[in-house]
Amino acid sequence: MNSTTSTRDFPLLKVQVSDRASVAAPVTDPKVTVESLTVRYGRRVAVDAVTLPIYRNLITAIIGPSGCGKSSLLRALNRMNDTIAGVQTSGRVLLDGQDIYTPGCDVIALRRRVGMVFQQPNPFPKSIYDNVAFGLRINGLVHSKAELDERVERALRQAALWDEVKDRLDRSALQLSGGEQQRLCIARALAVEPEVLLMDEPASALDPISTAKIEELMFTLKQHYTIVIVTHNMQQAARVSDFTAFLLSGALVEFNPTPQLFTNPADPRTEAYITGRFG
Amino acid sequence: MTIVEAATFRIVGHSLRRQAMELVVQALIYLAALVAISLILLIFVFVGRQALPVLISPAVHEEVTLGELFLPQEYGTSEVPLRYVWQPVSVDPKYSLMPLFLGTLKVTLVAMLLATPLAILAAIYTTEFAPGWLRETIKPVVEMLAGIPSVVLGFFALIVLATWMQERFGFDYRLNAITAGVALALAVLPILYTVAEDALGAVPRSYRQAALALGASPWQTAWTVVLPSALPGVFAGVVLGFGRAIGETMIVLMASGNAAITSWEFAEPVRTLSATIAAELAEVVFGSPHYHVLFFIGLLLFAVTFVLNWTGARLVDRLRRRLAGVER
Amino acid sequence: MSLRGLDRSFILLSGLAVLLIVTMLAIIVGNVVWHGWEPISWEFLSGAPRMGMTEGGIFPAIFGTVLLVLLMTIFVVPLGVCVAIYFSEYANRQSWLYRWTRQAVNNLAGVPSIVFGLFGLGFFVQFVGGWVDQQFYEGKLTYGQPAILWAALTMAVLTLPVVIVSVEEALRSVPQSYREASYALGATRTQTVFRVVLPQALAGVLTGGILAVSRGAGEVAPILFVGAAYYLPELPKRLNDQFMELGYHIYVLATQSPDVEATKSLLYATVLVLLALTFLLNLTAITIRARLRVTGGLR
Repeated sequence: MNSTTSTRDFPLLKVQVSDRASVAAPVTDPKVTVESLTVRYGRRVAVDAVTLPIYRNLITAIIGPSGCGKSSLLRALNRMNDTIAGVQTSGRVLLDGQDIYTPGCDVIALRRRVGMVFQQPNPFPKSIYDNVAFGLRINGLVHSKAELDERVERALRQAALWDEVKDRLDRSALQLSGGEQQRLCIARALAVEPEVLLMDEPASALDPISTAKIEELMFTLKQHYTIVIVTHNMQQAARVSDFTAFLLSGALVEFNPTPQLFTNPADPRTEAYITGRFG
Repeated sequence: MTIVEAATFRIVGHSLRRQAMELVVQALIYLAALVAISLILLIFVFVGRQALPVLISPAVHEEVTLGELFLPQEYGTSEVPLRYVWQPVSVDPKYSLMPLFLGTLKVTLVAMLLATPLAILAAIYTTEFAPGWLRETIKPVVEMLAGIPSVVLGFFALIVLATWMQERFGFDYRLNAITAGVALALAVLPILYTVAEDALGAVPRSYRQAALALGASPWQTAWTVVLPSALPGVFAGVVLGFGRAIGETMIVLMASGNAAITSWEFAEPVRTLSATIAAELAEVVFGSPHYHVLFFIGLLLFAVTFVLNWTGARLVDRLRRRLAGVER
Repeated sequence: MSLRGLDRSFILLSGLAVLLIVTMLAIIVGNVVWHGWEPISWEFLSGAPRMGMTEGGIFPAIFGTVLLVLLMTIFVVPLGVCVAIYFSEYANRQSWLYRWTRQAVNNLAGVPSIVFGLFGLGFFVQFVGGWVDQQFYEGKLTYGQPAILWAALTMAVLTLPVVIVSVEEALRSVPQSYREASYALGATRTQTVFRVVLPQALAGVLTGGILAVSRGAGEVAPILFVGAAYYLPELPKRLNDQFMELGYHIYVLATQSPDVEATKSLLYATVLVLLALTFLLNLTAITIRARLRVTGGLR
């Protein structure tokens, strides 16, 4: 994709990893702090007392075998779990130092600040334009048609989709290819200018070329956003992220800078997982 | 540490307008649900209100008492005893409900005896033996049958069926319980079929495979394994169909002859509960004992169908739980 | 007979049951079309009954029926949609409100149509109408009598379960991912329901409305005492006017006509019109619903 990118080997993983990942460990305070977060579905514990920092303008990957609670953890960060009946959450999630689980927290405002992209591209069956404009309209963020046009264009440019769709903005979003749909969903999430972007296996339903485009996109986006990505694809985590959290049965096994976690894992279970011994 | 219940959407601290909007809409939605509940209560209350004088009003009791409605009376002479007579418009009004009960029962019985086997057999054929394309054709056909207005079925029974049946079977009366029952069967067939078909279709495929693997023939599988498993559902269809048949009005009003005769003879004209209301309420004096008795009949119909529907729903529930319980 | 032969004859028997049902439908429809086709003309559809209903047309009945179902739709669709939204989007399945509402709707569907007629008379005409007259017309009989408004309201109560079932099914078929995407963008529940979910279920709303109209156009028993008239020289102009209606007209022609033979051909034609109307509506609804099930949404 980007020929100027140099790569370096991760011996354990047998993949090459972009060295744009984690240039240096951040010294800033975290954008989001997860403190002994537990998520229960009825009796089942999906996330078990996880404590984790998520640093500003970096990409944090959450990996682990399927069913380990990755998605539940991610969805706890913008309280999407609230939409599922029977989910109980305890612990704290601090966004800029404020607990999003305090009673009286404005969930709607929270979700505007913490955007989300889902595993399956889920554009609304509306036009491309209306998809991107949706969040702006419902949140009353724009005051004129010109402003709306401008914000839609900016979001589509940020998602590297503008050139492909600028001539057919009024066409149905469902006519786009899967990769285009997913970038549209990213554009839709970006349009409301969130501070944090949560991505739940954003490329798992896509072909390799579309996946590469999305990953490329993430590098440019992290200048402005804090990104958390859930993936079951370790290579992907290694390629794009700066920090990686490894989850097993809902519990956090290891959280470290990505190069370290993949080259020199601190926990034997991490090593077992990334070398493909289970999962 | 805070514990947050799921599915609670707090909208505190956000723009007041949006918050107010959210609450207003939510209130409207819940109000709609309450309206749905209150409608059924209103039906009960407002039909019951006009029926109540039959139980408590002395003015009504001067003309008709509860005993006269249900118990045998001495209307005839000692040679020709007439114990049950429905003759509300006469010098000496007689309000025996027995002929109406009997009439309703006769017509309903004929309809159910015809419709039940037909619907169950057809449902078995659809779920067990019919090729896919045929199955997809039968359903719309039944839906079409269900879509025929009952006044059209009544018309057909009155103009075509009655004549044909009289010629064929030599009935003394053109309009009678059998003719009306046949037409009524057409009206209850779709509901019976639909519920039975749903029930049969819900039986897990593993049951069929198990039976077939034991050497049962397709018909034996259907008859001894699938049908018994789906029996509560099939029975629910019968109960619901029965409820529909008892309450059906236009067909019996047009095709049953409307004579309030107390007998077990099926080839005679009959007058049903529903047809009595339909035929007499428009001409009755508002607030008269006759008026209140007609509402009383309506309340009885309401109560009976309510119980039947409730039973039917219970049976469907039981089937669902039974099949789910075995499956897991 | 061998077991195989016996088996076959039983299967054949059940197949015959299906055939019998189809045949009966065909006979009824065929008979009505055969006899009803010829008398249908422009004059028949656009004229008023003449000569004691042995001549002329059925326009007032068509007009009354259309007006009735239109008014009914105005009442039943918004309410039905709201209850369906409650069931699908708002209700907590464990709550008493949900169970009671569900139970009420199920029972409403099973109430005999003649009882709706009694209810319409007792509640709408006498109670509500009487109250309106007391309050606004100084007790002068204006709304406290059978009228098209009360007939439409009665019919709306009767068709309410039809709309609810249809709309609820459509709402439930909207993928959960749309709701999630909407919530994730900071939409409230109201915004999600009305801007994302409901537009997706429009086909279901349409189906529900059509089925309700079809049902309403065919029911006669509920309106016997709440507004349907035997014969009216004029079309209804106000909400408290009485009206003529196709189904009721059929009933009247078939049972109250002084000369049944003379009215027979007009009667058949009227039945054909009503049957064609309800079949067309049902067919449309079935088609929309079938397409809805295949694609998971109309596009």
